[in-house]
Amino acid sequence: MKAWIAFWNILRKDMSTYYLKPPNISWGLIFPLAWTAMFFIKSGTGFSIRDILPGVIAMSILFGTTSMLAVTVTFERKGRSFERLLLAPISLNLIMLAKTSGAIIFGMFNALVPIFMASFFIDLAGVAWIPLFLSIFFIAVSSTFLGLFIAVSVSEVFEAQTFSNFFRFPMIFLCGLFFPIDQLPVWLRVLSYLLPLTFGADVLHAAVNHAGRLPLWLDFAALACFCVGLFAFSLRNVKRKWIL
Amino acid sequence: MTSTFCIEVQNLTKYFGETAAVKQINFQVMDGEIFGFLGPNGAGKTTAINMLTGLARPSSGRILFFGVDYTADIKKAQHLMGVVPDESNLYPELSGLDNLTFCAALHGMRKNERLSRAEELLHEFGLTEAAGKPFAHYSKGMKRKLTIAAGMIHQPKILFLDEPTTGIDVASARQIRQLIKDLNRSGCTVFLTTHYLEEAERLCDRIAFIVKGAIVRIDAVANLMRDFEGRNVIQFGLQGGTRSLASSVEESFPFLSVEFVSEIQLRVYSEETIDIAALIQFFKDRQVEVIEARKIKPSLEDVFLRVTGLETGILKNEKSQGK
Repeated sequence: MKAWIAFWNILRKDMSTYYLKPPNISWGLIFPLAWTAMFFIKSGTGFSIRDILPGVIAMSILFGTTSMLAVTVTFERKGRSFERLLLAPISLNLIMLAKTSGAIIFGMFNALVPIFMASFFIDLAGVAWIPLFLSIFFIAVSSTFLGLFIAVSVSEVFEAQTFSNFFRFPMIFLCGLFFPIDQLPVWLRVLSYLLPLTFGADVLHAAVNHAGRLPLWLDFAALACFCVGLFAFSLRNVKRKWIL
Repeated sequence: MTSTFCIEVQNLTKYFGETAAVKQINFQVMDGEIFGFLGPNGAGKTTAINMLTGLARPSSGRILFFGVDYTADIKKAQHLMGVVPDESNLYPELSGLDNLTFCAALHGMRKNERLSRAEELLHEFGLTEAAGKPFAHYSKGMKRKLTIAAGMIHQPKILFLDEPTTGIDVASARQIRQLIKDLNRSGCTVFLTTHYLEEAERLCDRIAFIVKGAIVRIDAVANLMRDFEGRNVIQFGLQGGTRSLASSVEESFPFLSVEFVSEIQLRVYSEETIDIAALIQFFKDRQVEVIEARKIKPSLEDVFLRVTGLETGILKNEKSQGK
């Protein structure tokens, strides 16, 4: 019970201190709008909202989670307030889960914005909602844990931002959201399957456009493996680098 | 929890690569005492505290709290301790009250309990009026007080205080020292590090001196001071004297030992009565003007000098340089 009081309060503090601030809420709204507008300008009026919806959802989650978590954890670490969490009588696993839960929720909220906006323009009747929400959850978790992995690998806020982009931009172009993976050179195809977003994007394509390439169970299994792997690796790094 | 030792450290060692930051230290802290942990910068104080509080892993040795070995998992003992680091580590964007209630929540305290405890501490530390202000807007003294309050929020059995009065005004420092005494009287064991030897002398029951990762002496303050009982110390304020004066005094007065404690202050030590008039005449003959001559009561500074082989000025300089 005591551990859960701590968990809930870490989550609540992060939500009110970082995620529910007006700049971040506006980021969550403006980001999907900007991406949709970009596609509109690029292809004139001839683009299909349904085709770009999985991409905008995925990017909203990816950017929302990684940019926030990598920066907040690095910031708290730099200001030594993270030490206060390490001195609390709760397990490191629970501390890190509490720290990441805020980003996961923020990422999922970001994903709902383009869906909500799309509902005004297209008929979403054919969407497979359960796989869609499961994929949103898994993309949010894996992206957040990627942000955590970045946060525990750097010591400065600017390094966190640079390192985030090192992962984010290749992921956008290699995950199959905008360029079909089948059309990529073989070595890039191998690389794309080493990225969690590839599997998340595949579920999104399947849920929105019924155009998935892999079986859903395989996508979810791969996403679960990425989540567990990134979290375990991050915890190992925290123990190794922060508890000297 | 039957042991009379609140903390027991056995052969505790910490290596960073090839370098031993802490070398096989052994000490016990009694339940209910104020234990001072003194040493110059880089002596291994912070590394030792980090190992005791779970922020660093020992390379070898054992750490026991109340007789239970927690070496393998200090986390399990963290509910027993409050930690006040040398730099405030609270959340700048949260108010004083929110910082305290958040710290209480980290220890699993329920909402009503943490709110009443936070208000009680804010009142005790004279911060009630600033309770709603963001921590970032607090003065240095207020930040220090709130950080100490945050360390005490869950009423720990042991409080680790790292440099509690460094960099704050005299009135706040005095208030903090009083709070430490009151806290100790209420049954809390205090593990204190400080660069201010007078503070350690005034507050601590026992003191451990750590130099270059090794503990060189542990004893009760009274016992440490006893070494200097019967020893006479006269301090001269001089104008026109040079460092070579010390050796010429020792040559002329073989039963005296002499040292310069600053550019213009010379201390003369002897187990026998010191003939001040003879010394003043000695200085006068060498065109050295004596501004003052006063008897010095032996202090922890003298003990520190003897056990560490360092100058007390080193500690003060380190702090004034913000190390």
